[in-house]
Amino acid sequence: MSVETRVEYEIVIGLEIHAELSTESKVFCGCGTTFGADPNSLVCPVCLGLPGSLPVLNRKAVEYAIKAGLALNCEIARYSKFDRKQYFYPDLPKAYQISQYDLPLCRKGWVEFEINGEVRRVGINRVHLEEEAGKSVHSGERLLGSEYSLIDYNRGGIPLIEIVTEPDLRSPEEARVFLEQLRQILLFTGVSDVKMEEGSLRCDANISLRPKGSTKFGAKTEVKNLNSFRSVQRALEYEAQRQREVLESGGTLYQETRHWDENRGVTVAMRSKEEAHDYRYFPEPDLVPLVVDDAWIERLRAELPELPRARQARFVEQYGLPRYDAEVLTTSPQLADFFEACVAEYGQAKPVSNWIMGEFLRLLKAEGKAVEQVQVSPKGLADLLRLIDQGVINANVGKEVFEEMFHTGKEPGAIVKERGLEQISDTAALAAVVDQVIAANPDAADNVRSGEMKAIGFLVGQVMKQTGGKANPKVVQALLRERLLGG
Amino acid sequence: MALYDLTAHELRQQLDSGELTSRELTEALLERIEQLDGTLGAYITVAAEEALEQARAYDEARAKGEATHPLGGIPVALKDNLVTRGLRTTAASRMLENWVPPYDATVVERLRSVKAPVLGKTNMDEFAMGGSTETSAFKVARNPWDLERVPGGSSGGSAIAVAAGLAVWALGSDTGGSIRQPAAFCGVVGMKPTYGRVSRYGLIAFASSLDQIGPFTRDVTDCALALNLICGFDPRDSTSVNLEVPDFTKALRVEPKGLRIGVPVEYLNQPVDPDVRAALDKALKLLEENGAVIKEVSLPSLQYALHVYYLIAPAEASSNLARFDGVRYGLRVPAADVTRMMEETRSKGFGPEVKRRIILGTYVLSAGHYDAYYKKASQVRTLMRRDFEQAFKEVDVLFAPTTSSTAFRLGEKTQDPLSMYMTDYFTIPVNLAGLPGLSLPCGVDKGGLPIGLQIIGPPFGEEQVLKAAYTYEQLAWPKGAGRHWRAGREVAVDVR
Repeated sequence: MSVETRVEYEIVIGLEIHAELSTESKVFCGCGTTFGADPNSLVCPVCLGLPGSLPVLNRKAVEYAIKAGLALNCEIARYSKFDRKQYFYPDLPKAYQISQYDLPLCRKGWVEFEINGEVRRVGINRVHLEEEAGKSVHSGERLLGSEYSLIDYNRGGIPLIEIVTEPDLRSPEEARVFLEQLRQILLFTGVSDVKMEEGSLRCDANISLRPKGSTKFGAKTEVKNLNSFRSVQRALEYEAQRQREVLESGGTLYQETRHWDENRGVTVAMRSKEEAHDYRYFPEPDLVPLVVDDAWIERLRAELPELPRARQARFVEQYGLPRYDAEVLTTSPQLADFFEACVAEYGQAKPVSNWIMGEFLRLLKAEGKAVEQVQVSPKGLADLLRLIDQGVINANVGKEVFEEMFHTGKEPGAIVKERGLEQISDTAALAAVVDQVIAANPDAADNVRSGEMKAIGFLVGQVMKQTGGKANPKVVQALLRERLLGG
Repeated sequence: MALYDLTAHELRQQLDSGELTSRELTEALLERIEQLDGTLGAYITVAAEEALEQARAYDEARAKGEATHPLGGIPVALKDNLVTRGLRTTAASRMLENWVPPYDATVVERLRSVKAPVLGKTNMDEFAMGGSTETSAFKVARNPWDLERVPGGSSGGSAIAVAAGLAVWALGSDTGGSIRQPAAFCGVVGMKPTYGRVSRYGLIAFASSLDQIGPFTRDVTDCALALNLICGFDPRDSTSVNLEVPDFTKALRVEPKGLRIGVPVEYLNQPVDPDVRAALDKALKLLEENGAVIKEVSLPSLQYALHVYYLIAPAEASSNLARFDGVRYGLRVPAADVTRMMEETRSKGFGPEVKRRIILGTYVLSAGHYDAYYKKASQVRTLMRRDFEQAFKEVDVLFAPTTSSTAFRLGEKTQDPLSMYMTDYFTIPVNLAGLPGLSLPCGVDKGGLPIGLQIIGPPFGEEQVLKAAYTYEQLAWPKGAGRHWRAGREVAVDVR
């Protein structure tokens, strides 16, 4: 192929994201929503779709959906309604999903995120409220062809928001970074626990290619089964390449749905548009239209927490933290809250940031815990830092103390006392040990005397060893210098 | 007079005075069911034990002075699309032939709360789709006035039970006339309250935006008592309205003077049986002579009612009945894979009329047709509401025939769905507009079959409707219309 005829393509991506709302009860009945409960233990006539049962809208679910909409800079519809989306599937108890079709609760929003140092804005077409289906477990690969399938209706009826972006994303990487940003926003807003691995955050992607400069859209593929942020990017990279190859070999693309096969790293055709469902949407007659007034919206807006990007910017501004620190500390609202509470106790930000990003996150990761499960109090960490500042313990002992605080929640002062970890700064007490060490290591002492200062570190280490790590290394060094170099 | 022929308020006196127990009354009715129901086919399931147990509980409570509700201890029949905990509920369909619900409908809870014995579940058109009870998957229902005729439908069994003394009163459901039409055919009082007045929770849905539960009774007084029990807001039904429920018995006043009665010209122009027309005219004349003001009103949108109904009702039905897929409850016909299992189950489980409506409704909602059919029909529905609103600015109530003729013969219309659909011509607009409508007996035709008079009120105007009905009833048939004729001419089954 000659260089002249080669067409440059632009990738166009839009995402459809489903997020389960973390309400205590389901969207149309009073059943609980605990993840991992015994199969079919959180069900009732309503969420099982028994004949005669009727849905009643959960006010909290509406509030969460509105909050999500506000966090995504959407307009909130004062009047919206619910519709039935109809299809037959064993895990859909009524054979229709109560959803919102032409009048969604939230519309016309946007999300900003940063990629390669550049701020990008993606439009949010709509956010609507709907119900989850149950969960099928097939004895084989999928429903058809399985010897048997089991269905757990616990998930059925959990509130769900569907977020639809505009086709504003221009690369698979951008799609992933956007999704991570979206996840963080929902997390901060407190409306969803957005765990892709538990399925409380799911993403389908629409991708098409068009010649660069063209404003028309190409035939799009809907890619399903994207189970992680990484698979979103990988699947889209694969799909962009596949489409490019079809186009470059003179082929034609058709609108279709493709399934991402994580193990093989390929997308597989599921169904084409011709076989697509006709969902026969119509207004849900069992529910009245949803009317939201300004006062309600304003109250919810007032409840919105500071969102991740704003909080990052403030951390840099207010605490003088490096950007990197600010990003790490705002990975979850709980972590950011913990950081700020510690700073409020301690007074200085950078040492707190260092400890949180270092020891705290290390232990958190090692034990697979969430911030809110940890026993360390902000005052505890501040006290610990002060003990180090005051020379009561040294930094290494501090790490040891912190680990115990992490596990038991005890006060650092108490731990230090209990375990006798106070740093020995008393010159008289240390002088004897220093003399002993000099006597026991004559070669090293001579090396120091002859100006080889590296050897002093060895001797300090020996003193530390003798004192069980409690000696104040500064005092020890001063004593050694005095003895060996005559002051 | 026999126990089975008394109204609830007459029985009330006997129960309160202690000359009658609920158990005796329940036993008497069960015995009559035993004798006659083989012929009449009013019940799909008779719950003798449960009813007697409830009667015993009532008698005990009464002895302690705890049971005070006017309908307490009085046996009642329930249409078999009202969900009853522990008692088979079939909707007259093979699909639910053996389904025993784990919960009670809200109206059933209310009956239980006053200890009203439930005698059983009554025969009906399958999933309430039909106007003659002939689409029941289980048995033929016969009109007690003429056993070769239909009782009407879809709540045919409930109408028979009240007319023939197989229950003191009964509950039915009305989507396009399913209470009022069989009430007219069987010579009893039947009322569909305003949409939203009675909770639909536990009513197996046919067309959700039209369905409403209502009572069958022997006179207007019992109707008011029944409404007092079943009406009211229910947090489990989002479409039930949070309005205070008046004491409907306060509306039982004979006040013809100044009563403004409207008669829709669109109805007058509709061909009806001359006997039916004569009965309506006679009723109007009687009221006019007593001081009522009769006025013709026009509701132009009524001409589209049947068309609109047969778009909206099947559309909703196709959706409501989609859940019967063999997966969770009811019939399951095993097949090679799950898709075929669903197909086989639905093929075998539903009867032809239900399938016809599912197909109609699926078509109406399918891509490319929604705007032309469902959406357009919803718009006409809005116009119809406005037409009624306009009319009720000038009149208190509307009078109309309930049906264009008296009960037709069994099998007469089963081969002609359109003529069957036409039998709901006068009742359908009331559902589309969500209004209260009542049918009460207003005479018999040449063949001695009962004729129904329909009284329609504005939204939540049940009191106006009851007052007009009571006024007419007391002026025309002070002993209760149905009983008037039965006194001289026993019900057909008794003659046999």
